[in-house]
Amino acid sequence: MANAKNDNANTKLVKKLFLITVGMFGFGFAMVPMYDVICDITGLNGKTSGRYTAELEQSAEQLEERQITVQFLAQNNEGMSWAFRANDPQVKVKPGEVKVVSYQAKNVKDYAMTGQAIPSVAPNEAAQYLKKIECFCFAEQDLAPGEEVEMALRFFVDKDIPKHITKLTLSYSLFDITKEQNAAESVAVR
Amino acid sequence: MSAAHDDHHHGPAKGLRRWLFTTNHKDIGTLYLWFSFAMFLLGGSFAMVIRAELFQPGLQLVDPNFFNQMTTMHGLVMVFGAVMPAFVGLANWMLPMMIGAPDMALPRMNNWSFWILPFAFAMLASTLLMESGAPNFGWTFYAPLSTTYAPDSVTFFIFAVHIMGASSIMGSINIIATILNLRAPGMTLMKMPLFVWTWLITAYLLIAVMPVLAGVVTMMLFDIHFGTSFFNAAGGGDPVLFQHVFWFFGHPEVYIMILPAFGVVSAIIPTFARKRLFGYDSMVYATASIAFLSFIVWAHHMFTVGMPIAGELFFMYATMLIAVPTGVKVFNWVATMFRGSMTFETPMLFAIAFVVLFTMGGFTGLMLAVTPADFQYHDTYFVVAHFHYVLVPGAVFSIMAACYYWLPKWTGYMYDERLGKLHFWLSFIGVNILFFPQHFLGLAGMPRRIPDYALQFADFNWISSIGGFLFGASQLILLVVVIKCIKGGKKATAQVWEGAQGLEWTVDSPAPYHTFTTPPDPKLIHDQ
Repeated sequence: MANAKNDNANTKLVKKLFLITVGMFGFGFAMVPMYDVICDITGLNGKTSGRYTAELEQSAEQLEERQITVQFLAQNNEGMSWAFRANDPQVKVKPGEVKVVSYQAKNVKDYAMTGQAIPSVAPNEAAQYLKKIECFCFAEQDLAPGEEVEMALRFFVDKDIPKHITKLTLSYSLFDITKEQNAAESVAVR
Repeated sequence: MSAAHDDHHHGPAKGLRRWLFTTNHKDIGTLYLWFSFAMFLLGGSFAMVIRAELFQPGLQLVDPNFFNQMTTMHGLVMVFGAVMPAFVGLANWMLPMMIGAPDMALPRMNNWSFWILPFAFAMLASTLLMESGAPNFGWTFYAPLSTTYAPDSVTFFIFAVHIMGASSIMGSINIIATILNLRAPGMTLMKMPLFVWTWLITAYLLIAVMPVLAGVVTMMLFDIHFGTSFFNAAGGGDPVLFQHVFWFFGHPEVYIMILPAFGVVSAIIPTFARKRLFGYDSMVYATASIAFLSFIVWAHHMFTVGMPIAGELFFMYATMLIAVPTGVKVFNWVATMFRGSMTFETPMLFAIAFVVLFTMGGFTGLMLAVTPADFQYHDTYFVVAHFHYVLVPGAVFSIMAACYYWLPKWTGYMYDERLGKLHFWLSFIGVNILFFPQHFLGLAGMPRRIPDYALQFADFNWISSIGGFLFGASQLILLVVVIKCIKGGKKATAQVWEGAQGLEWTVDSPAPYHTFTTPPDPKLIHDQ
């Protein structure tokens, strides 16, 4: 019943529609890097950017007078048992001024474990202005049974931070990745 | 051999082989519709468990984990097993007859796209018997509930979704190819019945978003079994990403379930109002606008995840914009009925109930779109009431209306009008008793997906459950009506309904196994 002309038209159309299907499957995956880029630009979800590597000019007279309060939180994600806390619960910094604070972690279990700290900044809007030069969250932490470490965080608050933000909170959630660690390659984390 | 060959041309093969190997659009449409009805009863029985547990406060019948499995399976089975296949079944049966085509464009793929469905749902349903239990993370399967904390059966769920997706995509490609390539001479695009138009647009939505659904479950599969971290925060992923990808699929999906319903109602109302459809062109453009807008509103499902205020405002206004083309449609249906010579046969009753109750569901949708208000309504029974109003007296009523409307064409006999009306009124009363109190429950703060609740919610839950049992039981009447109608009754004419217009009413009732093997007379094709 279907003649040759129709068959030909069908083949062409089906090919096109199939291409759309494959393209949209790819688009689903493309949303992952797109989302990361958007989060990076907007600070969506309080995601901080990676290690700050650019040159820092720091001269005392350029520092602004305003002070910004930075608070530090530490929490264990579900199932994590380490003793994890911020040594300095809060500091006051001037925009552009580099500060070093530290966190404390102790493996209280009797076996070696691996932890990974994931940062988040509130309010979200402030996330992109918090620059980390050095952070324990850039690496996984391997702790032997009973081992305790002091972990440093060197950061500054960007001078461009809007005037209305006077206080920001940096929270670290510590995840137990002992199991995953062997299974997966370490993913680039911030 | 030659006898078998002849069979192929003049009528269906005999026995089971007819159904297994069929490439006939009418047979496949029938298969889809029966499958969908079976799934409707299965998903409905899960809903009965839910309503029975919620009949009283406290935990009486099932434990909370099983309750969660019920809500999950109810949603999945109803969305992917009942509503979507029902519309595909209607499309298979009616589209070729409406556009004067001999069959679907790709009949063998048509067979395949139906026959993988029972396997997908057998796989999904089998999880109920597994040690870990069925998926219990809700039909929206948010990560990490569906990854880190999922039962082992989640893998079966993932593959079931893959198969359903493949089925829908093949079905859609087939529908697009049929509509674009097989229209009878004279059947221009703007002369197509609106059901054909809405399905064309729906099919495009399906091939655009079902692959994204396949993508998101594939990411879950990788997170669960291959150590990736798409949604795992510990590895640098983000659970909120899941919600974005899911709802990028999920929002067009809700229009996939309602656009063909618009088409059905736009066919039925003119017939029983004995007037032409008011504003045909605007209906087509409204459908296309709704389809386009459906891609840019997804984040209204996730206002509370912590979005920048600009994002919340954008998604709020974009969502409210959808009310405009939807309003156009509702006005057109009302204008079609205005000063029409209306009669109220069962399909018309369902269609009118659709217009009224779907509009109510639409209004609660507008309330939910208001960002600040949504923080109050989010994840409460108000949301449950909203989407059940658009899906049950919306999509499901339109499917029932379609079944009553075209049953005489399918079987050759008139259905029992008295039983049909009984079915309608019990459904109509039941559905309102079932879902209307849920608005109040939600506004008072009852969360969704809980097996137990605070005492102040007891009365409305009790009423809602009564409505649920009434609605559930009255669906068995539909089964009786359909079986009676297949067995016999008053002979139906070709026209069936006095005011019916369109090519499908020019062929005999029941429709012969092969129709329009030669294109219809172009004079039969009217302006809309």
